[in-house]
Amino acid sequence: MAQVNPATTTGAEGEVLVQEEARAPQGWWWVIIHFCQRNPMGGVSGVMIIVIVAIAVFAPWVATHHPTQEADFRALREEPSAAHWMGTDDIGRDLYSRVIHGARISLFVALVAVVVGDFLGAAWGVAAGYIGGRFDIYSQRFLELMMSFPTLILAMILVLAMGAGVWTVIVAIGITRVPIAVRVIRSVTLSVKEYAYVDAAQAIGASSTRVMIRHIAPQCVAPWLVLATAHLGSVIILEASLGFLGVGVPLPTATWGNMLGGPVAAGLIPRWWMVIFPGLAITITVLAFNLFGDSIRDALDPKLRGRT
Amino acid sequence: MQKYILRRVLLAIPALIGLTIIIFLVMRILPGDVLTVMFGEEGTLQLSEDDRQRIIASLGLDKPIYLQYVDWLEDIVTLKLGQSFWRSHTVMDLILNRGPITLEIAILSVILSWVIGLPVGILAAMKRNSALDYAGRFFSILFLAIPNFWLGTVIVLTLVLTLEWKAPLGVINIWEDPWKNLQIVWGPALVLGLGQAAYVCRMSRSALLETIHEDYIRTARAKGLAERLVIMRHALRNAIMPVITLSGVLLGFLIGGSVAVEQAFGVPGLGRTLVAAFFERDYVVIQNLVLLYGIVFVFVNLIVDISYAWIDPRIRYS
Repeated sequence: MAQVNPATTTGAEGEVLVQEEARAPQGWWWVIIHFCQRNPMGGVSGVMIIVIVAIAVFAPWVATHHPTQEADFRALREEPSAAHWMGTDDIGRDLYSRVIHGARISLFVALVAVVVGDFLGAAWGVAAGYIGGRFDIYSQRFLELMMSFPTLILAMILVLAMGAGVWTVIVAIGITRVPIAVRVIRSVTLSVKEYAYVDAAQAIGASSTRVMIRHIAPQCVAPWLVLATAHLGSVIILEASLGFLGVGVPLPTATWGNMLGGPVAAGLIPRWWMVIFPGLAITITVLAFNLFGDSIRDALDPKLRGRT
Repeated sequence: MQKYILRRVLLAIPALIGLTIIIFLVMRILPGDVLTVMFGEEGTLQLSEDDRQRIIASLGLDKPIYLQYVDWLEDIVTLKLGQSFWRSHTVMDLILNRGPITLEIAILSVILSWVIGLPVGILAAMKRNSALDYAGRFFSILFLAIPNFWLGTVIVLTLVLTLEWKAPLGVINIWEDPWKNLQIVWGPALVLGLGQAAYVCRMSRSALLETIHEDYIRTARAKGLAERLVIMRHALRNAIMPVITLSGVLLGFLIGGSVAVEQAFGVPGLGRTLVAAFFERDYVVIQNLVLLYGIVFVFVNLIVDISYAWIDPRIRYS
């Protein structure tokens, strides 16, 4: 046998491993099933998210038309029908296909912005909390300034400054997440820093970088996940608001916000299907992420239950 | 108390200066030059060299960068706030003209959020796991997921399609024609108020649930006070604190959020002016309006802090 089976290793170490296996016999599946049993809403919203993500990933196959290039000028502003399940827009594009492709952009922007923004914020938060002193004070002051702007307006001027595009929207939205992540992770760091095992690590001569990465950061993972899932929902709304105002991902890309904003900006009275379907798409997606975020929070951090 | 207020006011000053620096820097890191942002790539190429110089000079961009900043500070302190590039309005005109409607929307929606959110939150906490509690939680989760500008668009559309009703156009202030003014502001105020009520309800419920288990509440009950008095006089006073902080945070969120909702309702407030300025690339207007939003945010936080100290004497002395 080339590999040593952990369960068959002898001695104290082997016993520990056997015990762990007894506690979680089916590994990941067991975790997921357990999570769904304790948080039925979490299970339901998790399935919703999987479906939405699948739709986004396989958008070209799920959609019936091309979202931007297939404009049927004989079918302008048409009601939902067998040919166009959600009707057509002002220039005859199939709304259903646009809503489906909109999921792609929305989820992509939200995911990248949240992961990057919250990750930067978390790294900054760990550093500020652990190093403390002047660095901490100055970064606190600076982040307070960033938080003095309403999120939407901060994102708007950042997009203006960087020029319109998918990536600038992502960066702008990501930047709005940084101060929040710093605040949360910094406070976690401040409490973790006081634990004896951190003292022990310092005492045996671990460098600050090592202590931060190996000993403090792992403790921040659970609150970070809670924060990031909570942010996904609000970021999707933020992205849609930018699109609605016409300063988000540039036209003709089909995003949910762009679809809602186009007719309003043009001063046209939209038909009901042009308003209802993209809006429902946003609401259902955000609802799924918010419910899932709540369940993740309950599962990972029972102390926060019922708060915010 | 006076000392506390003074200290907080003094602390706000560096924050305001910081705001101007950040806005100034963001506006200067615009890629390429301001002209490209204002006129677009092709438009800039069509400008003659004379025009270029004239426009740059009229925006004060020919001066060294620190002088530009000093000029702007001077504009702010003297309340001149520069002039719109495309129109004859000064930014101050715009603020005085459009500001009152946005302010009205903000105040109305905060009132609305308390009138709806607080009673529901209190009742939900008192009758935990009742039908009302579930309904309140359901609606607060739902309203957190509905984008406010979409709700606004749906309301406008429904009114147009069913009643053929549209809000009056133009700026009509409350002192000019209260009835018409109300017709303009009710929509955005309702949408923003409902969205905020969801937060207020959630927060007041959880804060009250926490306070109810404190010792002094048991004492109040033990001495035979009616449940209503226990909640109103004793529990609420402590439970209200996080709700006030939340309202402060939300008010800031609201002035940002009102931008999209004003656009949805076509209400001529500051938010819509800002959006228009973004489209016209009206540099000076954007710079100063964003500053105004920042200043309002800082002052809201200041007021929250002060009201906090006013309600809870412990804070004043720490």
